[in-house]
Amino acid sequence: MKQAADDLRLPMTPLLEMRGIEKSFPGVRAITRGELDLRGGEVHGLLGENGAGKSTFIKVLAGAHRADAGTIRVHGEILRVTTPHDSARAGIAVIYQEFNLVPALSARENIFLGRESTRAGFIAQREEHDAARALFRQLDCDINPETPCRALTVAQQQLVEIAKALAQKARILVMDEPTAALSSREVDKLLAIVRVLRGKGLGIIYVTHRLDEVFAVCDRATVMRDGEHIATEPVALLTRERLIELMVGRKLEAEFPRSVPKIGPERLVVSGLSRGKTVQDVTFSMRRGEVLGLTGLVGAGRTEVARLLFGADRADSGRIALDGRELRIRSPRDAIRAGICLLTEDRKHQGLVLGLPVRENFSLPNLPRFSRAGFVGERSERGAFAGFVESLRIKISHQEQITRNLSGGNQQKVVLAKWLQTNSEIVLIDEPTRGIDVGAKFEIYQLINQLTAGGKSVLMISSELPEALGMCDRILVMREGRIAGEITDVANATQQQILRLATQ
Amino acid sequence: MKFSLSRFFSDYGMAGVLVLLCLYYSWATYTTLEPRGEAAAPDLAAQIARSMPKGGNVLIIARADDEDARFAAAVETRLKEAGIHVVGKVLGDPRAARQALQKYDSERVPIGRIATTPECAAWTIFDGLSEKYPNLGSPALAIPRSYRWPTFLKKENLLNVANQIVVVAILAIGMTLVIIAGGIDLSVGSLIALSAVVMTSLIRDRGGIDATTGTLILACSAGVGACAFIGLFSGLVVTVFRVPPFIGTLAVMQVASGLAFIIARGGSIYEAPDSLAWLGRGVGWFGIPHAVVLMVALYIAAHVLMSRTALGRYIYAVGGNVEATRLSGVRVGAVVVFVYVLSGALAGLGGVVLASQLKSGSPTYGLAYELYVIAAVVVGGASLSGGEGRIFGTLIGALIIAVIQNGMNLTGVESYTQKIVLGFVILGAVLLDMLKRRNWRDLFASMRPAPK
Repeated sequence: MKQAADDLRLPMTPLLEMRGIEKSFPGVRAITRGELDLRGGEVHGLLGENGAGKSTFIKVLAGAHRADAGTIRVHGEILRVTTPHDSARAGIAVIYQEFNLVPALSARENIFLGRESTRAGFIAQREEHDAARALFRQLDCDINPETPCRALTVAQQQLVEIAKALAQKARILVMDEPTAALSSREVDKLLAIVRVLRGKGLGIIYVTHRLDEVFAVCDRATVMRDGEHIATEPVALLTRERLIELMVGRKLEAEFPRSVPKIGPERLVVSGLSRGKTVQDVTFSMRRGEVLGLTGLVGAGRTEVARLLFGADRADSGRIALDGRELRIRSPRDAIRAGICLLTEDRKHQGLVLGLPVRENFSLPNLPRFSRAGFVGERSERGAFAGFVESLRIKISHQEQITRNLSGGNQQKVVLAKWLQTNSEIVLIDEPTRGIDVGAKFEIYQLINQLTAGGKSVLMISSELPEALGMCDRILVMREGRIAGEITDVANATQQQILRLATQ
Repeated sequence: MKFSLSRFFSDYGMAGVLVLLCLYYSWATYTTLEPRGEAAAPDLAAQIARSMPKGGNVLIIARADDEDARFAAAVETRLKEAGIHVVGKVLGDPRAARQALQKYDSERVPIGRIATTPECAAWTIFDGLSEKYPNLGSPALAIPRSYRWPTFLKKENLLNVANQIVVVAILAIGMTLVIIAGGIDLSVGSLIALSAVVMTSLIRDRGGIDATTGTLILACSAGVGACAFIGLFSGLVVTVFRVPPFIGTLAVMQVASGLAFIIARGGSIYEAPDSLAWLGRGVGWFGIPHAVVLMVALYIAAHVLMSRTALGRYIYAVGGNVEATRLSGVRVGAVVVFVYVLSGALAGLGGVVLASQLKSGSPTYGLAYELYVIAAVVVGGASLSGGEGRIFGTLIGALIIAVIQNGMNLTGVESYTQKIVLGFVILGAVLLDMLKRRNWRDLFASMRPAPK
């Protein structure tokens, strides 16, 4: 029945068929059985937890990795993909989270990079310009093709990538978490464009963690878990709970497991904190055992407040006191010593040294504690890390593994372990679940519960309003560098209420 | 166990290249060697002692030069130890030898063997000994046996390789740390000169050739200290003013070179006591040069620093990701300044060793050494983008460069060709390093032109 209903809406021959894909890396079996079929005029969601093998699967299709086994068919014909060019020739375009644009070149130059139209050896700039214009018109946007890419917003850069794919006459478009860095208005616009592309008959593989988007734009969804194909089903027949269950492999009782907190006296008191225009006269306090939410639109100054508290930037003015004692924080080192830690939202650039072994990343802020006379006591270091590997269920093959080779969720757990070991009293977490799958999210929420149960105070910065409403005991909303309002009765608050404060 | 072994090969894969190079040059320089000087004595004495009874008489004949004198003295000592009686030692020309033979013949002293060198054995006076000097009892000539052995593997040559590379290798320690921390230090060549002239000018002004050991130590410390101070300056330029290290140390390189010329007033300084050469030319246990002992000790210390201490971890972390390291509460500025100070101080020490080897100081010392030093570090596997590299990898890198240079000298490759070979060696090392990270297919795939 299901199959029949499916076939009524979509053409019969698959545009793309991937069967029995396998891929191993030294020490890791990334994909044990990858399956996917994509039809023209279909948006196909690809879901799974971090480490489920989605990224590797896509890279096999893109020719960035060579599969150990399995077949790829395009229009029913076997395609041998060994390099990215093979894939591009077959009409496959991949838009990764990190764009492949040359920042100094213009939008037009990027669109035609490597396939410049020439006349007598010179680039036919006029033709290219007009072609780029036409492409942008199709995408319903007015980007000047001559603007250098570094001057474009993230959303605009993404459109340049899409235009580039269209210019290559791609029939199959793969989008890897396209909305991760977009604001909610930009997300709506992108989804509209995806629908337009679907209308043109393109097959789109849409990789995401955001279940709302799956229901908003996808026709069918394929779920992967532990490198294996779990299910492919029409979205119309799925529910949110069912999707989560497929991804995690078990039922989650609640998405946000916030326990009833025991809130104590005020601990951290911040008054008049200011830095230029980004943070202006910010005053608030955090109490023992409390999760304090800090939300607002992107650029409202949330991250900047956390950075000031942590000493990553210097404040122009303002006072910070912990347990009644005034703190002088001029560097992250001062903050850590005073018992404040910050888990940054940008793991790759600010949270981890990707080229180092995981154990050394874990130890970085804790070395003085593991060392005697400057020499590192490796035994105590290994022991401490082994404890966290077990309690946080970090998947590593050994402590010496290079951090770069871990999946996003596991990297985030290493960051958590590193800061848990410092045993800080005030824990600042910036977007704790960005780019993290449902199962790992749940574990991180539980960990936040454990922290507050142990008497710590947590400041949680979140752009995801359901998360803020689900996990925080109190929410501060920022707008243009100032605290625009406070929500104390979180249980009865709504997303609209927060948005009103954030925009007004 | 298997794991640590594979890590060793990925860290020190260049060690295999070094071994191959040594094997190649051993093969290429395999030749017949005539032992000379005292080196020839042990085997010859043993040969004589085996072939004649204890208490037998031996006459030693050799020419009057230094090498033969040492040969004669060494043979005499060895024979006495073996219980052979040395009736006499003749150092001179064939005439002197003939006179000695005539003397022993007339005194009727029986002689069992005449120990001599291959050159003397060819003298015509030894033709028909038993007829000419019947009273000697027809002595046989004993000469050191020739043997086949690679010139490359001779002890003298290996020590030569070590002496050639010791200065570069000491500097390369500091450079490795700087490069791991994500920087580069172009000033080290000039610092060699600065250290050498600071030191020798101090010696000249405080006693010259009669300077005491105390003065020498003081002067060495001053040379090293001055360079450490310049390193501090470079470190501050890089951290406080955020000047890119390439430009900052390029400027410091000019400044240091100029200072060296001013201090030396443009010339060389030779007024130094012989004891200055203790470090550069002196040898200790088993004939190992003091400078080599110093170098090995420094490498061990640096290895411990980088693998066992918190500071070493911080150096890797800073090179890997400054921002993440700073946000982990590490004083990244202090770490960076430290590596530049250390690099400066080690360059100063390199200058001291060079001045000691040459027993003089000149502002032209160390010219272009920074390039050899950087080459050694890169061949040793450190990544110029920071965060990666091993101390002993650098030592291997320095040795590879020294072995190639020495091997080419031994096999008679002219110096211009040597430069070309060395250039390709550096390129090859970088390519090998890239292969370690990726593989051949990816390497070539990235070179292939995009399809139209």
